[in-house]
Amino acid sequence: MNTEKFLTINGKQVEFNAERNLLEVIRKANIDLPTFCYHSDLSIYGSCRLCIVEIEGMGVVTSCSTTPKAGMIVKTHTDKLRKMRKIYLELLLANHHQGCTTCEKSDCCKLHDLARRMNVTAVRFKCAEETKAIDTSNECLVRDTNKCILCGDCVRACSEIQGIGAVDFAYRGAKATVIPAFGKDLSKVECVYCGLCASVCPTGAITPKNHIERVWSAINNENKKVVAQIAPAVRVALGEMFGLEAGTVTTGKIVAALKMIGFDKIYDTSFAADLTVIEETNEFIDRKTKKGKLPLFTSCCPAWVKFAEQYYSDLLENISSCRSPQQMFGSLAKETLPKSLGIDKENLYVVSIMPCTAKKFEAKRPEFSTDGNADVDVVLTTQELGKMIKQAGIQFNDLMPESLDMPLGFKTGAGVIFGASGGVSEAVLRYASEKLTGLKLESVDFKQVRGNKGILEKTVTIGDIELKLAIVHGLKNARAIAEKVRQGQCDYDFIEVMACPGGCIAGAGQPVSLECKTKQQRTNGLYDADKMLQLHKSQDNPYVLKCYKDELGEIGGHKAHELLHTSYQSRKRINNEGFSLLGGSGEERLQVSVCVGTSCYLKGSQKLLQKIMNYVREKELENAVDVRATFCFEKCDNGPNVKVGDKQISKCNLDTVCAEIAEQLKATV
Amino acid sequence: MCCTGCNSDKNLRKFEKVCEIINKYDHQPNKLIPILQEIQKEYRYLPEKVQSYVATSLGIPPARVFGVASFYANFALKPKGKYVVHVCNGTACYVKGSTAIVDALYKKLGLSNEKPTSDDMLFTIETVSCLGACGLAPVITINGKVHGQMNAEKATSLIDEIVTKEQNNDK
Amino acid sequence: MTNNKSSLEDIRSYYLQKAQNFKQRVIVCAGTGCVANGALDVYKSILDAIEKQGIKASTCIDSPNEDCNVEIQISKSGCQGFCQAGPLVSIEPYGYLYVHVKPEDATDIVEQTLMNGQVVDRLVYIDPLSGNACPRTVDIPFYNKQNRVVLGRCGHIDPEEIKEFISLGGYESARKAFLEMTSEQVCEEILQSGLRGRGGGGFITGRKWQFALAEKNKKKYIICNGDEGDPGAFMDRSLMEGNPHRVIEGIMIAARAVNADEAYVYVRAEYPLAVERIRKAVADAEAEGILGDNIFGSKFNMKCHVMEGAGAFVCGEETALMASIEGQRGMPMPKPPFPAQKGLFGKPTVINNVETLATVPLIIKNGSSKYRELGTKNSPGTKTFALTGHIVNTGLIEVPFGTTLREIIYEIGGGVTDDKGRVIENGFKAVQIGGPSGGCLTKDHLDIPIDFDSVKEVGAMVGSGGLVVMNKDTCMVKIAHFFMQFTQNESCGKCVPCREGTKQMLSLLTDIVEGKADSETLDLLESLAEAVRDGSLCGLGKTAPNPVLSTLRYFRSEYEAHVLQKRCPAGQCKALALPEILSGLCKGCGLCKRKCPVGAISGEKKEPHKIDQNKCIKCGTCAEACKFNAIVGV
Repeated sequence: MNTEKFLTINGKQVEFNAERNLLEVIRKANIDLPTFCYHSDLSIYGSCRLCIVEIEGMGVVTSCSTTPKAGMIVKTHTDKLRKMRKIYLELLLANHHQGCTTCEKSDCCKLHDLARRMNVTAVRFKCAEETKAIDTSNECLVRDTNKCILCGDCVRACSEIQGIGAVDFAYRGAKATVIPAFGKDLSKVECVYCGLCASVCPTGAITPKNHIERVWSAINNENKKVVAQIAPAVRVALGEMFGLEAGTVTTGKIVAALKMIGFDKIYDTSFAADLTVIEETNEFIDRKTKKGKLPLFTSCCPAWVKFAEQYYSDLLENISSCRSPQQMFGSLAKETLPKSLGIDKENLYVVSIMPCTAKKFEAKRPEFSTDGNADVDVVLTTQELGKMIKQAGIQFNDLMPESLDMPLGFKTGAGVIFGASGGVSEAVLRYASEKLTGLKLESVDFKQVRGNKGILEKTVTIGDIELKLAIVHGLKNARAIAEKVRQGQCDYDFIEVMACPGGCIAGAGQPVSLECKTKQQRTNGLYDADKMLQLHKSQDNPYVLKCYKDELGEIGGHKAHELLHTSYQSRKRINNEGFSLLGGSGEERLQVSVCVGTSCYLKGSQKLLQKIMNYVREKELENAVDVRATFCFEKCDNGPNVKVGDKQISKCNLDTVCAEIAEQLKATV
Repeated sequence: MCCTGCNSDKNLRKFEKVCEIINKYDHQPNKLIPILQEIQKEYRYLPEKVQSYVATSLGIPPARVFGVASFYANFALKPKGKYVVHVCNGTACYVKGSTAIVDALYKKLGLSNEKPTSDDMLFTIETVSCLGACGLAPVITINGKVHGQMNAEKATSLIDEIVTKEQNNDK
Repeated sequence: MTNNKSSLEDIRSYYLQKAQNFKQRVIVCAGTGCVANGALDVYKSILDAIEKQGIKASTCIDSPNEDCNVEIQISKSGCQGFCQAGPLVSIEPYGYLYVHVKPEDATDIVEQTLMNGQVVDRLVYIDPLSGNACPRTVDIPFYNKQNRVVLGRCGHIDPEEIKEFISLGGYESARKAFLEMTSEQVCEEILQSGLRGRGGGGFITGRKWQFALAEKNKKKYIICNGDEGDPGAFMDRSLMEGNPHRVIEGIMIAARAVNADEAYVYVRAEYPLAVERIRKAVADAEAEGILGDNIFGSKFNMKCHVMEGAGAFVCGEETALMASIEGQRGMPMPKPPFPAQKGLFGKPTVINNVETLATVPLIIKNGSSKYRELGTKNSPGTKTFALTGHIVNTGLIEVPFGTTLREIIYEIGGGVTDDKGRVIENGFKAVQIGGPSGGCLTKDHLDIPIDFDSVKEVGAMVGSGGLVVMNKDTCMVKIAHFFMQFTQNESCGKCVPCREGTKQMLSLLTDIVEGKADSETLDLLESLAEAVRDGSLCGLGKTAPNPVLSTLRYFRSEYEAHVLQKRCPAGQCKALALPEILSGLCKGCGLCKRKCPVGAISGEKKEPHKIDQNKCIKCGTCAEACKFNAIVGV
């Protein structure tokens, strides 16, 4: 049987088994065929035409879309193929922004790399002249369509993995482009800033926003004390930018480098993760034992939180009120460090180093600022840190490891494994089981919650309590689970959600790598780091316990709530004014807006709208009232929603609206 | 007063029609194209807000609706003139001189490929790939009515006729 | 049939009995061409004229006043093909065909022909070659050199009258397929006939069906591809407008062949009449119980949807078309998987072109061997062509495969014309076959028997069947430029070679026609064209370079003249024009000097004028203005 599973590549017999396509077989044969649009996690698209091969009897075909068949005779670099690839690259380069040296992606641009590899020495075609505006509307991602090669990777990643579809193709032919709806800026649409688009983008068309300069200027400001927190996933990936194997734990070197750059104190986000575990587990146990709202969704991932706020505003109460470790760290730092460092709060500058682009958005959420002073002043991605180190000329690999500063630099392994999918659940289980049973855990590992599965369902028995867990990564999977929860079709107790496939280790702020292997290595690195540490359970972290004693008081208590918890709000997916349906020419008319978004629509808002308009016309109020159909007042669970003037009414009916209109009109007269 | 009343009535009717259309197709995302086609019959183009509304109603991202709307030539993203003139630029029409007709019409109305609609919203000039009336090449259509065996003069005089008619209507 | 619907025989005998009442029938061509020329006014005025004479005429065979002595039936037909001569009116039983009919001719038609059986001489077609009058359709060379098998009743029957279609044996083949044949037999019959897809590629239809039949999936689809987008082609339109039931019948047989129970007819939105007719045909077939559940009393059901395209040429490509039906951007997907394995909504799907499906009932009815009597061995049967361009008789024609271009252009088409429409000797330069995916053939190819393979061998493509004849004043580089502009506009933008390649090819061609090209341009153009052809994702991109490659092959010297000598041999490329005032003809009237928008012309009154080539923008205004034809070269 197996003897039939051979094909010939460049004259050499190659065995194939479960490979999904010829491209994978060729790669297995140690030939790295070039491609832009092939990703093992995404659907086959076939647009870049670089993975072309010649097959006897079939001619030139793309290997990504060809099923391997026994006996195929494949050639991968005939003259014809080489010429074709070269021309395609020239075509792409002609339509590509030419400022390669100053591009954010210059050191890891695939177009650049392939052009060099394919020996493209000149572009014989006319280059594009028109420059399109760059979208810098948000804190996290920069979109520069001048560099887009339309491979569609971002489009497929956003819809196939994240289930969002914030960017899509628009127009066609030479005018084709990838943009958010109606060409709006990313900040005006439903983007959750997970940055998966930037991770898969082979060029610099979508990149994480660079905030290095802000940090440099804080460092060079004598009045400022600059402290850093390092997220778990950073330590297993930064080394890749300096030629180290993925998964190499470089915490000590990072500390040394940051010190050399000029940071005053270096702490660990894992400390805050330990805090999170304690707060979140208590919240969870509380809900579980007191029959509170379950399932409990985790809240560490800012992309997931924004996603939930946009699409599942009815489930917001199911999301843990705990701030993410980054924000717990931020508030705690701003609360405690000025005193211990002997400075004014204004002069404390907190820099997070994160594997994530959405963290930049999270740090800017208004609820994470006190009197205009943000808890976290700036978020750098792993990539940005690497760039800073290079900018400073620091020979990273030769650094002697240094230690993190105390107390906020002390962590247990539980806080470290946060960076991998399943890590939060495991950390919670390590605490919950001791808390629920009162017995010391013999083995701290809960390997059943680890793994790559997009949706992992596990039942864990602790004492006499059965806990039903779901661990999901990728927001499309999260959507599937959330739909089930919404419809009451599942009985999970605890649901861990990470937007990035594999968890934070695969965040968009991490060094660019497209290999599946890298992700696994980083994950392994985190679990190894856990093993290397003395403590593995958050509840054992002496500094965390001390922190409760000295600063926070009781777990889940008043102060803890103030500093470590938050609340959520429903959000519009897309900024839009809605359409004016009725209304005359009166100048300052009373605005009556009826939500016709999905949820309200289902609750009969359309009929209500018609009734209101009939009312307005009957009473001849057209010149005093402007009736609009609009989208989403962010109160979807209480629809239908109507806004009369500034007053928002939920669960409306005609009478309540009419009464309100009458009253407000009376007031203005 | 009357005018605004009519206007809002019209807006309402259109909006109700949109809801009707979406209901008729049972909120199915795969019916997006017929839905947009029917909506365009109401509005004569696809306003951004209506596209957003369609996206919400079908449960698909607005970027996808926009992607589809901007892909197909028959969807208009901007309002078109009262008279839509299609100049056929199929092979048969081309070899018989359709380019001269387009140029003449553009020149006459001060329009171009980038700016196809006149400021008074009276005319939109578009070239289309083939109207399939090659036997009558060169061909133009004005609001769907076919005019065959055209040339630049005949085409511009058709425009003149419409302008005169419209001016008389105004009076 | 079920639900107490009358059977095909009942409908037929009912219709035939009714039809017996009518002694004469007036058929006004209501194809798009004739309608554009005023056919509907002609129709109305004939009705008026009949009424004036006090004769009774019926527009509908089912008219309630059957006891009245109605002898004349008047109906509208689909395209009769001879668009050049429209509006067309034919009168049965005489077989007369009146051409260029105007509303004011109605009275004469009624008084002379309908009342007295005489020909109205001034409405008769005169063959310009022989000068002979051709009163009857069969006398006209345009028709009598053709072999209208598929078009057959198109242009005769009332496309909106299902009963007439049935009375002529319509839906008999479908019934045969459903009741007397197995799926395998239907596939086999079509395979034996050698029928090849009329949409462009020429894939063997029977094989396609067998692939789909072999799929185990319970749900399968048939798609009728009526997204005929080739500029210069309107065969499918004419079929859908002229004989929509024939297309539906073909769809039903295809469904039977692969066990599909749902079909989509995807019609170009630019064809509103075709959309309307197909919709009505589906509704009528449903009303008669032909479409629906338990077809012809069998256990088969079938639902047929009609979808209007939204304006994208690329949707003629199967996978793009399916994406469009699914509500997506019409962007093609890589094949495999082929639609027959994984097509619409992921289910096995057969996509056939309108003409292919319209041919199917014929094969089932008469058998594959009968079908093979026409055409060539590898391309049996007939093919419809849209004959247009610089030719006397433009219109829709049908000839067996194996016919030569010479026969089509000179015998049916009546020869090549100049820009003013006058016949010119030796005026032929090229014929563009197969639209933007095809190529330009020269006089060397005039005697090649046309079939799928022979045309492909010489670098063109039968495609959907557009034939655009070009006279000697046509610039082939401009033609290539025109097609490239078209494909570039219609590229979906998905794959690199097509999106970027067609753009750059167009830019190179623009350089050539504007005189900005250098000696390397042609080589670059050629290698780019080959890379686009060999590596594009779908048929549109793969064939987009054909017009360029074929003109480069057959008219290279013309390209070289543009590039090396900066000269357009046909004098069509404005940027290369060298306007010159012939001093012998110039009377020095000064009109050109006044008209020149850039003041490039100088000269004393009554003396020959001169053009300053540095100032001249080659707009041609002077040549237009000159009354003495003294200005040449622009």
